[in-house]
Amino acid sequence: MVVLPLAGLLQRAPWSSLATDLRAHEALAALRLSLETSLGALALSVVFGVPLAWVLARRRFPGRSLVRALVTLPMVLPPVVGGIALLYAFGRRGFAGRILYDLTGWRLVFNTTGAIVAEAFVAMPFLIVTAEAAFRSMDRSAEEAAATLGARPAYRFRRVTLPAVAPALAAGAALTWARALGEFGATITFAGNTAGKTQTAPLLVYLDIESGHDATALALSLVLLGVSLAVLVGLRDRWVGNP
Amino acid sequence: MSRLSASIGVTLGALHLDLDLEVDEAVVAVVGPNGAGKTTLVRAVAGLVPLDRGRIVIDGTVVDEPSTHVRVPPEHRGVGVVFQEPRLFANLTALENVAFGLRATGTPRGDARAKAASWLDRVDLAGVGARRPKELSGGQAQRVALARALATEPDVLLLDEPLAAVDASARAELRRVLRAELRRYPGARLVVTHDPVEAAALADRLVVLEEGRITQQGPLVEVTARPRSPWVATMLGLNLLHGVADRANVRLDNGAMVATADAVSGPTFVAIRPNAVVLHRKSPEGSARNVWPGEAGELYLAGDRARVSITGPVPLIAEVTAAAVAELRLADGGAVWASVKATDIDTYPS
Repeated sequence: MVVLPLAGLLQRAPWSSLATDLRAHEALAALRLSLETSLGALALSVVFGVPLAWVLARRRFPGRSLVRALVTLPMVLPPVVGGIALLYAFGRRGFAGRILYDLTGWRLVFNTTGAIVAEAFVAMPFLIVTAEAAFRSMDRSAEEAAATLGARPAYRFRRVTLPAVAPALAAGAALTWARALGEFGATITFAGNTAGKTQTAPLLVYLDIESGHDATALALSLVLLGVSLAVLVGLRDRWVGNP
Repeated sequence: MSRLSASIGVTLGALHLDLDLEVDEAVVAVVGPNGAGKTTLVRAVAGLVPLDRGRIVIDGTVVDEPSTHVRVPPEHRGVGVVFQEPRLFANLTALENVAFGLRATGTPRGDARAKAASWLDRVDLAGVGARRPKELSGGQAQRVALARALATEPDVLLLDEPLAAVDASARAELRRVLRAELRRYPGARLVVTHDPVEAAALADRLVVLEEGRITQQGPLVEVTARPRSPWVATMLGLNLLHGVADRANVRLDNGAMVATADAVSGPTFVAIRPNAVVLHRKSPEGSARNVWPGEAGELYLAGDRARVSITGPVPLIAEVTAAAVAELRLADGGAVWASVKATDIDTYPS
């Protein structure tokens, strides 16, 4: 189930013309855009996801289970449904989108920012889940010791908590980034498929296959495959290295 | 004014901790069996466990009082803690660990490091400043933890079973350092331990805590010589019996009679040192007025001495020579007679 499609991809790969196919203007632009948007989505996920994970792990409040379920929902939701949901919220006529436009003159939908938001929507749960588990399972005794030494909460978080969860956060960030890089459904629904603005590598792969440019599609697919594999191998080494 | 005055009421699961504690000039050791509430006491004073009832006052300042909603967080209490495990920061060197509290409270880096180095020197660890916690032995790690707590110059120093997690081989050295630093330290000092011998080595005053309540407190000499709880007596290796005295005779709670040299009356503790108990295979004839039949039970050898537990109307631990063990074939168990001179029996009112 897993190996055969990969073998198919490798067997059909245009190895000889790979470099030229990738250097095609559209492919390069899509890759660059993918890199930008996925890193943007990762930054967004870190800014919002890590504090949220900390609150979920450390604070008791009514409805915590519900919040936790909602936060992880995008992991199992079809991305295209996520994209539609984003449209209804942040689209031209969406309630949040209208308020945002009235306040700042900014539109999220059908532009690069929209692609970043769509990718973050789908990928952020990977960071939240890993970070929450790390905050929850880490040994709290060092934090207590820090408190008795006169360290205030913010200082404790920076000097004791963060270093303790750093390996887990790095792993979560790698997964999040890889997921954002491969995002398709939510991005095409919410941000559209405009070359140079919202056309990320997965979107271009789809377009090329549809329009018969198999060589470029295959070349891009190989790049995406390689990146995913590299991330997973890197994480596995870390997990095996630090049991 | 006491440096630390605590009236502590905490309910935590099955534990009901209720006690009043004053710490002044003397080093105070709280001793008690596991589960007595010792660690909870330390955590309550440090602010890591909230009080349910009572009040904690440090140098005249109320730091915890549920009835007035005062609850100063740990970082503002001025309470230094050495925990049972060193709890060092794994990503920092030994020196950085000691400097942590100074850095956290705004001391510039250079000053903090210089001070930390002198503290490491004081606990005889001048050479290990650059090591990470995992490169330290258990005893070294605990000394770093001590230096780290002392470096912040807290008003109250709490040691929670500081020797418990350390190898027997490193314990003597750590005990020496702890003792020296406790003597030098100017603030209020409280040690918590399950070992009365360790408490005796570190403190001037003992507080016995059992099942969340204080069962005895007083100067070290008084508590160790005249324990009022079977647990302390057992830990000190002392036989403790209880009965009602009528002049020179004490009728024990189980009805057996003990003759003493003191003329006391009323409810009385009877303390007998194990080495005052003499064992015989035949009923002895002689001056000892206290002769009780019994069964020889478990035998513990320690060097050329042995401790035998005797069950019978007067249950006792007897300490005899290894020669006596062989001569009386105590390893076989069986019926024995135990005798104690009246002048070797200490009585004190309960």
